[in-house]
Amino acid sequence: MNITLQVNGAPRTVDVDPRMSLLDLLRERLGLIGAKKGCDHGQCGACTVLIDGRRANSCLALAVAVDGSEVTTVEGLASGDDLHPLQAAFIEHDAFQCGYCTPGQLCSAAGMLGEPGPSAVTEDLTVDPGLTPEEIAERMSGNLCRCGAYVNIVSAIGEVTP
Amino acid sequence: MKPFEYARATGPAEAVRDYTPGTMYLGGGTNLVDLMKLGVAEPDRLLDVSRLPLDGIEEARDRVRVGATVRNTDLAAHPLIRARYPMLARAVLTGASGQVRNVATVAGNLLQRTRCTYFQDVTRPCNKRRPGSGCPAIAGDHANLAILGASDACVATHPSDLAVALAALDAEVHVTGPGGDRIVPMPGLHRLPGHEPERDTVLAPGDLITGVELPPPPPGASLYRKVRERASFAFALVSIAAVLDVAADGTVADCRIALGGVAHVPWRAERAERALIGGPATGEAFLQAAEAELEQAAPLPRNAYKVPLARNLIVATLEELAP
Repeated sequence: MNITLQVNGAPRTVDVDPRMSLLDLLRERLGLIGAKKGCDHGQCGACTVLIDGRRANSCLALAVAVDGSEVTTVEGLASGDDLHPLQAAFIEHDAFQCGYCTPGQLCSAAGMLGEPGPSAVTEDLTVDPGLTPEEIAERMSGNLCRCGAYVNIVSAIGEVTP
Repeated sequence: MKPFEYARATGPAEAVRDYTPGTMYLGGGTNLVDLMKLGVAEPDRLLDVSRLPLDGIEEARDRVRVGATVRNTDLAAHPLIRARYPMLARAVLTGASGQVRNVATVAGNLLQRTRCTYFQDVTRPCNKRRPGSGCPAIAGDHANLAILGASDACVATHPSDLAVALAALDAEVHVTGPGGDRIVPMPGLHRLPGHEPERDTVLAPGDLITGVELPPPPPGASLYRKVRERASFAFALVSIAAVLDVAADGTVADCRIALGGVAHVPWRAERAERALIGGPATGEAFLQAAEAELEQAAPLPRNAYKVPLARNLIVATLEELAP
């Protein structure tokens, strides 16, 4: 099937098998290897990208089902040589060790900063809470880091919090 | 993954008309696509209903109608839900991860399959996946599985948090299908396994959930609490949706209790509710009510811990809700 996506701002038309995940499309067909295949079951978050501005596990999205969408991968976060504030903060805070989960962490954090509303740890549901370290940790629970760099990831994201 | 055809539905009625045996409706896909990768689900054809115009949350007199394709994130963030049904918002927020909630739909959340490890492993027997093949969980790893309403054929649990809150709220599930439109009350969408564990719900082939209608919130204070193996992004060992209304004289005027993680369905604790209504809102009464409910529990050796866990969760939650 022919599908067309806006990937990091550029239109891409590809002929795909209905079985292909968005993650495999990005990595195997479009050469965008930033998003990583960790578990391939939506449990680790390494494949996180933004689909129409919202963070999602690209391993669980069928490419045909996101036909017509705008997709942003970690390759699309920076503006030329100007790092996204999250990327700069991750470097500043040493928010990674091996780096395998980092593209997913960055895309997840970029999406998370735009998500309104409460989380499971918000006490008063009627008020949008500030992003305390506890709120950031809860909202980022879909991204695992086997190196255990969570403390620095939370502080990096906390620096960028709007 | 087995090859399949993919098509996008143009409307609910068109989707039902277009349904053929071997077709599965695709919502957000966060469970179905995973099951297809595992070989557990093998549709010949996916009919994508995720972009149908069923994504509204609207007030209709004193009720709220939630469309089937509303994403979990949008449901929990909606001002009407946060203000009027905080227990529902909390239940949704305790489920899955931010990424999954952004994609998963209301209907898909209700129709997600059990996470029983044998169901998800095609190399093992499972009566739910392959009827008649047996249930290795009963003699095997059942630590996370059912203590209430299970059968010799299946001890799976339903994994949804949303369904537990909807069961406590007496929500209505709106369905369209080859037999026309109908309303399925919650609890009542899901069924106990009996001899047909392959049937999770009362829906018939081709039935499509179009939305969920919430009656006015019951009076009283409400809570959703979830006990799990880690603090976030995990399924419930036991969860509870509870509403407690205590009259001025200290007696229980109304009470709703639904449990998650304990059965093949979101388990409405009717025995506990009956024991409580009209009686004193005291810790002792809460304990007796919890025990009345859990008398029916038939735990297996490695999930017997869920009985005291559920009892203590019921008591602690009601104590927190009592004025």
